[in-house]
Amino acid sequence: MTETLYLPTARYTWGGDEFLFVEFDEAMNLTANYLATTVAQGLTALDLDGVVDVCPANASLLVRFDPDVIKAEDLKRRTQELEGQARESTQYTAETRIIEVPVWYQDPYTAEVVARFREGYHQDPSGTDLDYAAKVNGLADAAEFIRRHHESPWLVSMVGFVAGLPFMYQLVPRDRQLEVPKYLSPRTDTPPLTVGHGGCFACIYSVRGAGGYQMFGIAAAPIYDPEQHLHDFRDFLILFRPGDLVKFRPVDEAEYRSIQQQVEEGTWRYKQAPVTLDVEAALADPDSYNRTLLEALDGADD
Amino acid sequence: MALTIEQPGLLTTVQDQGRIGYYHVGIPQGGAMDQESAQAANKLVGNTAAEAVLECTYTGPVLTVDAPTTIAVTGADVPVLVNGEEHPAWRRLELAAGDTLKFGVLRGGARFYLAVRGGIAVPEVLGSRSTYAIGRLGGLDGRKLEAGDVVPVGEPTGLLPEVEEIPERLRPAFSRSLELRIMWGLYDHLLTDEGRRRLVEEEWKLTPVADRMGLRFEGPGVEWIQRRQPFGAGSDPSNIVDAGYAVGSIQVPGGTQPIVLHRDAVSGGGYAMVGTVISADMDLLARAAPGTVTRFRAVSMDEALQARRERTERLEEIWAL
Repeated sequence: MTETLYLPTARYTWGGDEFLFVEFDEAMNLTANYLATTVAQGLTALDLDGVVDVCPANASLLVRFDPDVIKAEDLKRRTQELEGQARESTQYTAETRIIEVPVWYQDPYTAEVVARFREGYHQDPSGTDLDYAAKVNGLADAAEFIRRHHESPWLVSMVGFVAGLPFMYQLVPRDRQLEVPKYLSPRTDTPPLTVGHGGCFACIYSVRGAGGYQMFGIAAAPIYDPEQHLHDFRDFLILFRPGDLVKFRPVDEAEYRSIQQQVEEGTWRYKQAPVTLDVEAALADPDSYNRTLLEALDGADD
Repeated sequence: MALTIEQPGLLTTVQDQGRIGYYHVGIPQGGAMDQESAQAANKLVGNTAAEAVLECTYTGPVLTVDAPTTIAVTGADVPVLVNGEEHPAWRRLELAAGDTLKFGVLRGGARFYLAVRGGIAVPEVLGSRSTYAIGRLGGLDGRKLEAGDVVPVGEPTGLLPEVEEIPERLRPAFSRSLELRIMWGLYDHLLTDEGRRRLVEEEWKLTPVADRMGLRFEGPGVEWIQRRQPFGAGSDPSNIVDAGYAVGSIQVPGGTQPIVLHRDAVSGGGYAMVGTVISADMDLLARAAPGTVTRFRAVSMDEALQARRERTERLEEIWAL
């Protein structure tokens, strides 16, 4: 099955008396994510009284409302109107940015936790998460998996689970998607900034805690800064927004330490560039579209 | 004025009525699990409903006050001990400088609330003083209380009410059995008819795995329909493409033990939600102790909204005292 721009009308349902839930597709795909993000932005812009939180997700949208202020059916009707407008748009584009995220793959921090949670937790207790990920994707070895992981950009398809954690969907055709099952049973520990993977989604754990995604490496700089020390967090304590694009860049230990030093000194800034998310182009010719994105990032100041 | 924590208790946190509006970036609403009890405590000491209180879980803290202090304890049924002498809960109490407050063994319920006149005066973060421990945000240094902490108390903002105690008829019951009203919806179509029947017709028992994020029940389990899993959803029939989680929603990972998400819920994930506890009954769930025999009863949106109005009226009655 390939992805298309066309999807049937979304499914509307209620999460109790305070939540409207809209599912654009059961399956993950770029169009469903585009619709979720676009309808969410539209609803946020309307700023309706009684709409208290608009939470776009991978292929769905959760809206929290105060039923004392806005009637459930009114909210549903307004959301359906926005869905209609999003579908009528022939553009399927959004102005966004691409951010470069340095990652130390096969680092000792996640390796230590990987080693602690094997028997009873993992499908293949004898190897590492990366070995397993390579095997289930039919790749030669961990190195090939790592290359595939960082060579094509990812779309932040959802932010959540815990504060500021990005779910990311790689901008490659479905037959090139990296898919890895989650752990058999969730770990009770995950190092902060672990680069994880579950199903077709990559994530970066923003905080220490429980987790069920496979662990491949560690991001070098924070993505959540509750004290708002760093420049990229001056406006808000969370880095990622749905619709952001991410390019992972592999770094070695020396560069990881150097970035940590910059974070410590408060001088670290993410390399980023403005780009246009173009769903149609990404579906029609992903390799060419991804080259455009990476060229924009290459042109950005360090 | 401040409270000095001698012993923190199992899990004592600063909570107000919550941090609404940041769920879309994964920050939960937080706030007192049993909002009605927290508001009643604030009422008794002349605070507004929005002031922060201490939420104590199962075992309470031991603390001393450094100045004359007006307090009230509400929520779970617990002996309130001032310098070792028992005093009633749900009633305003005056402490003298140097007094020690501690708590006995719970006789029912799970969480109780300590309101102090002037409110717990930690800084607001994103519009709330509630503690979000995983995100190291809000509360006292973004964490649960520890021995040696000095918890600041604010200046009184209002007069003390004439009423000194919450009348019996406005106090919640703390029973070993519970009925929670739910609305079907979300991914309930992934359950078989038998799976749906079991959820609302069988008994479920609250397990000890019950915290501010979610409360887990054991019982007969549910049944999922067999289907080809959609791309990106994961292989188990209880899996969906990761989506936003409604607060109060019920997920059944693997199909065995339902988990009801509460006020510190993770904001999303890959387990199908099959229904949602209505907003009016979230306080009831917060009061349940492990072992509580629970039935889920399905209601309509109209019935949920009626229950919500009744809860609002009850709160208004407390504030009108």
